[in-house]
Amino acid sequence: MRPLSPTKPAPRSEQIILFRVSGQLFAVSSASVQEVRGIDSLSGVAKEISQPSLRKVKHVVRRGEYSVYVVNAAMHFGLPPAPSALVFVLRRTRTALLIDGIEKMTSMTRLQALPLAFCHEEREWYRGLTALDQTVVPVVKPDGFLTPEELFLLDASLSQEADAKRAAERIAEDEQDASITQ
Amino acid sequence: MTLLNETDLQSFVLLRLGDRRFAVTATQIAELVAPSRVFRFPHHTSEVEGVILRRGRIVPVCDVAEKLIGNGLKSRRFYLIVQRRYGSQTEWVALPVTGDCELINTEMTLPSDTDAPHVAGWLSHAGDVIEVLNLAALTPGPTEIAPSPAPPQLQEVRP
Repeated sequence: MRPLSPTKPAPRSEQIILFRVSGQLFAVSSASVQEVRGIDSLSGVAKEISQPSLRKVKHVVRRGEYSVYVVNAAMHFGLPPAPSALVFVLRRTRTALLIDGIEKMTSMTRLQALPLAFCHEEREWYRGLTALDQTVVPVVKPDGFLTPEELFLLDASLSQEADAKRAAERIAEDEQDASITQ
Repeated sequence: MTLLNETDLQSFVLLRLGDRRFAVTATQIAELVAPSRVFRFPHHTSEVEGVILRRGRIVPVCDVAEKLIGNGLKSRRFYLIVQRRYGSQTEWVALPVTGDCELINTEMTLPSDTDAPHVAGWLSHAGDVIEVLNLAALTPGPTEIAPSPAPPQLQEVRP
């Protein structure tokens, strides 16, 4: 009787979503994506926000007690603008990501750390690189789209807008009271 | 006449960029490969033009010609894959070259204080004076690398 040959454990894999931004392919872990929505579903719920130093964020969505900022992925990566069709709401972040579309869902078995030759902001953008079908795809970090400083700026901008709105409402009420007493 | 002791001799690989030749110590060379597809994705490290896939590894491509000869390469014949040290870690980096590479044994003259940071030394070979390249100064990398044990470069994914 032949001994059983030792079986090699199957490599662990991670489900990923391949998506396009301005024609460029990226990957994100499926577990990091809480929701995929059409861009039309944002109209009505998204509020405009203007922070001149952060042009990649133009809208904010209120979700419970949190504000989720809508990041234009093309602007974030410095790619040419392209019409966005979908939004990824990213889990455990306050980021929703505008993308062109989903290419496919697949799995990766190996993630290579970003080579150390890459030494600027991209180290915050990517978890690493993976090779799929003889193509190299960067795997994004869900929390790499907005730094804590950028979130602070956006939150401050929102609270300033709220303060300005409250002040305007008070002035309007005062003016109304004054006109009534006259 | 001075006879060089064999221990004074080191091995170098001569590489060609346009009309000029440069040297890298042979111990830093991984391999010489034919050009393959460069995969590009957004990043802000201008010295890196993209990555190639080689033996299952993803290797950054750094065109060092701009720094060394003043203009980028219009054509490339090979990629010389070198081993770049980052603290205690070593990673492969592909340098595009325009001609054949040559292995020589010779003595290196140490650089002077006035030499550029990318000059690790000088060689005299076949009537030419050739710069030996300091890869750490020539190719990009983080300014400080903690001397901790290196994590594995390739990781099995853990969902």
